Amino acid sequence: MTRSTRILRARWGVSLGLIVLLEVACRTGLVPPLAVLPPSEMAAAMVELLTTEEVLANVAATFSTVAVAFLGAVLIGFAVGVALHGIPRLRRAIDPLLASYYSVPIFVFYPLLVALFGLGALPLIAIGFLAALPAMLIATLLGLDRVPPVLRRVARMHRLGPARTAALVILPAALPNLFQGIKLSLAYAFIGVIAGEFILSGGGLGYAIAYAYESFDNRTMYGLMLFVLLSAVVSNTLLSAWESRLQRRRGRG
Amino acid sequence: MSRRQGVLDGTLILLAILAVWQGLYQYAGSAALTPPWATVRYAVDLLGTPNFWGHATQTLSAFAWSVAISAVLGIALGLWFGAFRFAGDVAEPMLASLYTIPKVTLYPVMLLLFGLGPSAKIAFGVIHGLIPVVLFTLGAVKNIRPVLLRTARSLRLSPIQTARFVLVPAVLPEIASGLRVGFSLCLLGVLIGEMFASQRGIGFLIINGINSHNVKLTTAVTLIVIVFAVGANSALLALDRRLHHRG
Repeated sequence: MTRSTRILRARWGVSLGLIVLLEVACRTGLVPPLAVLPPSEMAAAMVELLTTEEVLANVAATFSTVAVAFLGAVLIGFAVGVALHGIPRLRRAIDPLLASYYSVPIFVFYPLLVALFGLGALPLIAIGFLAALPAMLIATLLGLDRVPPVLRRVARMHRLGPARTAALVILPAALPNLFQGIKLSLAYAFIGVIAGEFILSGGGLGYAIAYAYESFDNRTMYGLMLFVLLSAVVSNTLLSAWESRLQRRRGRG
Repeated sequence: MSRRQGVLDGTLILLAILAVWQGLYQYAGSAALTPPWATVRYAVDLLGTPNFWGHATQTLSAFAWSVAISAVLGIALGLWFGAFRFAGDVAEPMLASLYTIPKVTLYPVMLLLFGLGPSAKIAFGVIHGLIPVVLFTLGAVKNIRPVLLRTARSLRLSPIQTARFVLVPAVLPEIASGLRVGFSLCLLGVLIGEMFASQRGIGFLIINGINSHNVKLTTAVTLIVIVFAVGANSALLALDRRLHHRG
């Protein structure tokens, strides 16, 4: 058995072990049963909830909000990153802003966004977008920084035009950083939207969880919570798998 | 870049921010936010009131506890995972994916486990701040250059000397970066906690301002939070850079 399969097995073992541990702790009353549902019941609740019309509508609302915020952040973050990379002086001036951006709890802007965009999906899209944008921007800058100068020289030597240089030389060289940015953007957009719904909005999965908490409906709360956490982990894992496949193919090429 | 140009650019950026702020005010009106100068004046007034400090003390003490717990627990876990390579390889991607989940959904669990009050806020701050500290520490220990350890061995340093003169200086810069990220996330966690369910604290002040349409209060408190967060982060960033660039 190779080391990597052993690690993979250990990872599954630890995860399953923790779930079983929580199950036992709940069933034996070690963890107060009113506070935490056993995992098996969480899963059952999740499956039940996902067949109801209302929950599916919430899922659709949240996912589409996240998708718009994420795509907007990736496209605009990339474009601004490329532009900023071309203007070093502006970049140096903006650098301190980027460095402290994530230290500001972005949710303090939510009231302003509501006042600007009204209630509904728009302020949520804005908060997801604002949470995700700098991650993509910073990753684009780093990716472009790391393109080895020799590659640019080779492109010039082969007399590639700007478009072909970008497509054939610069993009592939910056790809690992860009992918990191895409992954972080998705995570941050999801976190931003769910938290926005949770604190202040009147719809979506985040709101449904907060509502279930306030009406002491633990079963719904834990079912939805499990679904949100699984969605985040699964989407992140899928992106990682795609990333390593791309990198393997590049390694062969 | 000359120093003067840097100062000039910084001033221009600050002016641009103020112009955007004023522009937003012109566009959205006083139902959305207050203009820069009025906000600064109100914020200064607010900083002189005991009521504000009552809330601020609550937030700062919960924040201090969650930073302390995240730091101690995070460094200990990170060192442990770093020292046992197999455990570290198993744990690292799991922690990274915990980092990307929307932890706000877990806040009700904290409330159910710890009850309403400061402990739930502290616990919520810790689940935000702990993971980056663990990940950075783990990375630092994992990436110690083997030649450093071999040198320590060939100089016959005792384990304590190795730790004092080799290990600690080698991992300190990375741990400082982790603590900086953890610091910001703890603040985020505590504030979200207060915004969602609390009767005290800065987060509560903001939510209360929103619910009672007290735009002046909300904007001023937001400004205070931003200045605090950016100021603390800049100080930690400067420290971080000094540690990284030390000979």
